[in-house]
Parts: sequence; structure tokens; C-alpha cells
Amino acid sequence: MAILGAIHPVLTAGLSDREDGWRLAEYEARGGYAALRRILSERIPAEKIIAEIKSSGLRGRGGAGFPTGLKWSFMPRGMDGDKYIICNTDEGEPGTFKDRDLLCHNPHAVIEGMLIGAYAVGANRGYNYIHGEIFALYRRFEDALAEARAAGLLGRNILGTDFSFELFAHHGYGAYICGEETALLESIEGKKGQPRFKPPFPASFGLYGKPTTINNTETFASIPFILNMGGEAYLKLGSPNNGGTKLFSVSGHVERPGNYEVPLGTPFAALLELCGGVRGGRRLKAVIPGGSSSPVLPAEIIMDCALDYDSISKAGSMLGSGAVIVMDETVCMVKALARLSFFYHEESCGQCAPCREGTGWLFDVLARIEAGDGRMEDVETLARVAGNIGGRTICALGDAAAMPVQSFLTHFREEFLYHIAHKTCLVPREVQWAGSGFHCADAGQQRAGRQG
Amino acid sequence: MLSEATYQKFAREVAKYPEGRARSAVMACLALAQEERGWLAPETIREVAEYLGIPPIAALEVASFYNMYDVKPTGRYKLTVCTNLPCALSGGSHAAEYLKKKLGIDFGETTADQKFTLMEGECMGACGDAPVLLVNNRKMCARMTPAEIDRLLSECA
Repeated sequence: MAILGAIHPVLTAGLSDREDGWRLAEYEARGGYAALRRILSERIPAEKIIAEIKSSGLRGRGGAGFPTGLKWSFMPRGMDGDKYIICNTDEGEPGTFKDRDLLCHNPHAVIEGMLIGAYAVGANRGYNYIHGEIFALYRRFEDALAEARAAGLLGRNILGTDFSFELFAHHGYGAYICGEETALLESIEGKKGQPRFKPPFPASFGLYGKPTTINNTETFASIPFILNMGGEAYLKLGSPNNGGTKLFSVSGHVERPGNYEVPLGTPFAALLELCGGVRGGRRLKAVIPGGSSSPVLPAEIIMDCALDYDSISKAGSMLGSGAVIVMDETVCMVKALARLSFFYHEESCGQCAPCREGTGWLFDVLARIEAGDGRMEDVETLARVAGNIGGRTICALGDAAAMPVQSFLTHFREEFLYHIAHKTCLVPREVQWAGSGFHCADAGQQRAGRQG
Repeated sequence: MLSEATYQKFAREVAKYPEGRARSAVMACLALAQEERGWLAPETIREVAEYLGIPPIAALEVASFYNMYDVKPTGRYKLTVCTNLPCALSGGSHAAEYLKKKLGIDFGETTADQKFTLMEGECMGACGDAPVLLVNNRKMCARMTPAEIDRLLSECA
């Protein structure tokens, strides 16, 4: 079981290590599909469902934190023709690995959430876009769909009512950009994943040009539980304006990296304790609290932070997808940022010049600082290039590339200046990455330049 | 020509999409074709495009945009190691260095016996299990310590 710990769990409550714990019968034994059955048998109006979701304070779990109920209310329910509902399981934000565990252990919660979503927004067809690298879970989701179909929970006239909904799995094949919702739509249409201009937003012009709602996997999985316990009760689990519990993927230098479900508003220190603390008892240096795109926070700031959208935002970062990347005192911040910048350069779709060119410059300059060839003016060059990307591109990948650079320079500027002046890391090379746990004789060498 | 079994899988993928939207199945069909052939030669891409009724260039565009398609031949086992920051913190880049040394090749290269190709991967969404590597796109291996890597390499026939 990859869910390693929890406080007041909702999504992961009652999950077992048993091989068949994900199956339909097991989900139903945990109370699964009760919300859908009640909605269909009592013919609960869509407006009432959306109002309940709004009252729960549920905010999108994929990163942006947009209120889910509000998003659903944008769909033109009364309009004739096809409407789509899409689940975004293209989980590729470095640090994030929560949706993988939901598909592995609780796929029917995602299916039920999508069914209820489809009912609420008037969609007749849906797709779950699954990250290509987790192919075994794409197959598992297809197996779960087959179970649901056989039980009359998907297809025409679901449970004997006039509600019909078809749901399929679609896999990606290695493109971070497809986690961006309009790139994801292009990808389902069989094209390169290049984001579209917004507006028009997907609710008016989405998949195949039809009204479409896109939510994250964890968001959909939360829906049945919210309707079972009531929006108010769900809201109260978390903190004001930050309803419910959230899965946090903790990676890096903790004793037990993995997924943890805790109420929003839980102090960071409490989550760190659940993970067994910093690995090897070393000192905490910095934390990236919401996936690689969110600004880094030094230890002294994050240790006083509560984990919810508003608190992290006030501290100068983002809760994002809940991917908490923990770095101890042995990390060279130049090397860390250089690796992240390489990623954004690799994954830029190439559509907008500021991102396509700027991410390359960011990586080149960081690589030369790391290699000991940095110049004093490089710090300003990095800040200027990052500033010229942010806000000047079609999608948020440009901002995602710029924000780490700006925050690393804000909080760890001396380390960059030291690296340039001394042509080597502030953290002695022999202790670097000591927390990696991989005992390799000559493992000290890291990439210093761009790979061909 | 691709096998009958692969064509049956193609049909199943196309059926997921509305009438007239066969192009949506291009990602799955290219992945299936690569699974059968090991890589996507120009004639394989053309065959997929013809089946879906789309211009070959539209299929090539997809094959060259997404990282997991191989438009050049690879070794029998393509090993993709994630070296992104969260994985690197827990040994991802160390695992990559270990593999480079064991196999005597760099990223993007294939061993002389055409057995292994080593690739540098980006986030596979499994950062908690680092070091992580992917075998031939489909099999994910977690917590790859030196001993586990040795075992994996010896199991690759």
C-alpha cells in the first residue's frame, strides 16, 4: 500500500492491501456507488448537486485550486448535442504521484465521481486521460470500467433510468504539457499537445469543439464522499475556504516518502512528522510545497506554514497538486534548480517563443554556473529571462518554468553568488546528495551540461 | 504489415471515439504498433495513418512530439531512468550513473550487442518510489538500488 499515513482519511479510508481491494465489490462494500444510486433513484436535480459541491469548498486538486462547483456551473446544461467530461490523470508534475495510487487502489471512486459529474453537467461521454508511464494502471482503469459496464453502471440507461453515459480510458505517451487542460484536449483529438488560447474556455469550446468539463482525478474521487457526508461536513474537515482532506505526495529527503492524506490546514510540521522526519536526522533546508512549478520555501518559512491553498499562498508559494519535495542541508540549490530548468526546457511544447527560447537560456546559464563557468551578471540574466517568460505565453508552463528560478534566487541568492565566485558549490561536493540512499562508488558525478 | 492481433487492438481503440473521430486513436495505435515492432519505422507510421484515414505527416507529428515513441531503432530493452529533482534526491541520478557505467553507454545510446538502450526520462509520476526506471515503456521498476539494477539486467534475456 502506497498510502503511508493519514489523519481523518476520506479518499483512502478503509482501503486494504488486498490484491482485489480495488474491485467493484470491494468498493461497494465500502459504501461505493451509493451516492450515484441515490441521485438516480431520487432524481436529485443537477443544480442541487452543484450547490452541494459548492458548499463543500472543494477546490481543484490538480494544481490550480479552482472551485469545482463553480467550474461545473459554467457548463451549458440545456444546450443540445454532445457534451464531455474529462478526467486529467496525466500526472507528470515532478513530485506528484497521488493520482497513480487512486487509480491503483480506488478506481471506482474516480468512475463514480465522473458519473456524478456527467449527470450534473449534462455530459453524455467521458474520457480519463492517463499518464503514459503508468501503463499498468491504464489497464487497471480499463478493467474497472469493464466491471462498471457489466454492472449496468455505465452505458445506456444506467441502473434502468434515462441517464446514459459512456466512459473510456485514453493514455498519453510522454508529454508533460498534456497535463494542461487544452493541450490534453488536443491530445485526445490525436494531435500534438499544444495548448489553445483561452478564451474560449473548454466549457464552451472543448473536446471536438463541444462543451467540456475537465477535473483532476483526486477531485473526481472526492465527489462521492462529499455527497455521502454532505458539503458542510466535508468543508469542516479542512479549514475555511479550503474544504476537506488532500493527498500529499511527499518525496525527497524524508524517512518514508509516499502519499499521505491529511485535512487541509494541517501544519507542515505534522506532515513531516508523519513521514518520519528528515532522512538521517539531517537539517531541513528547503521545501517545494506544491510540485516543481511552485516557488521554493526555506525551512524557517515552511515550518510555520499550514498546508492549505490560502496559507501557502500567503507564505509566497502554491499548494499546487500537493507534491511536497523535501530537501535537506546536503542539497546544492544551483544543481537542484538546473535540473528543474532542464525539465521545463525539455517539455516546452515550442509554440510560444518566450517559453521555447527562454527555458533553453535558463538551463544554459544555470548549467554554466553549475559547471564553474558562471559570470557575476548571470544572476541578473536569470532573473531577467524568467521575468520575460512569465505572463507572456499561451499556457502556464512558461510561468511554471519562471517561478522556481525567481524563488530560488530570492531565497538562496548567496548560494548562486558563491557558486559563481568560487566556481564550485557552497555545499561541499563530498557531502552532496548524501541523503539519496543510493550507495554507488563513484556516484558523485552529476550532469553538468546539456545532454545531446 | 502489422499483425492481425494488433489490428484487432486498433479497432478496439477506434471504437472508443465518436463516429468520424478515428484520428483520436492515433496515440494508442502508434503505441501498439511500437509494441509489436520495437520502434516506429516510417512505413509503420504510414501504415497506422492509412488505417486511421489520416495523412502520414499527422501521425509522424504525434510520433515525434511524445517522448515515449521511438522513431529510431532501440535495443531490445529500452531502460528509461528518471533523473528529475524529486527522484535525484532519492538516488535517481546515481542510478543513472550506475547504469551508464555498467552498460558502458551514455543516455541515448545502445549497447554494441543491441540489447540495451539507456534513456533519461522525465517525471513518471512515481517520485516516492525513487530510483524509478521504465522497461520498454510498459514495465515500471521501483526503488532500484544497485542490487535491484543488477538483478533486472541479469533477468533481461
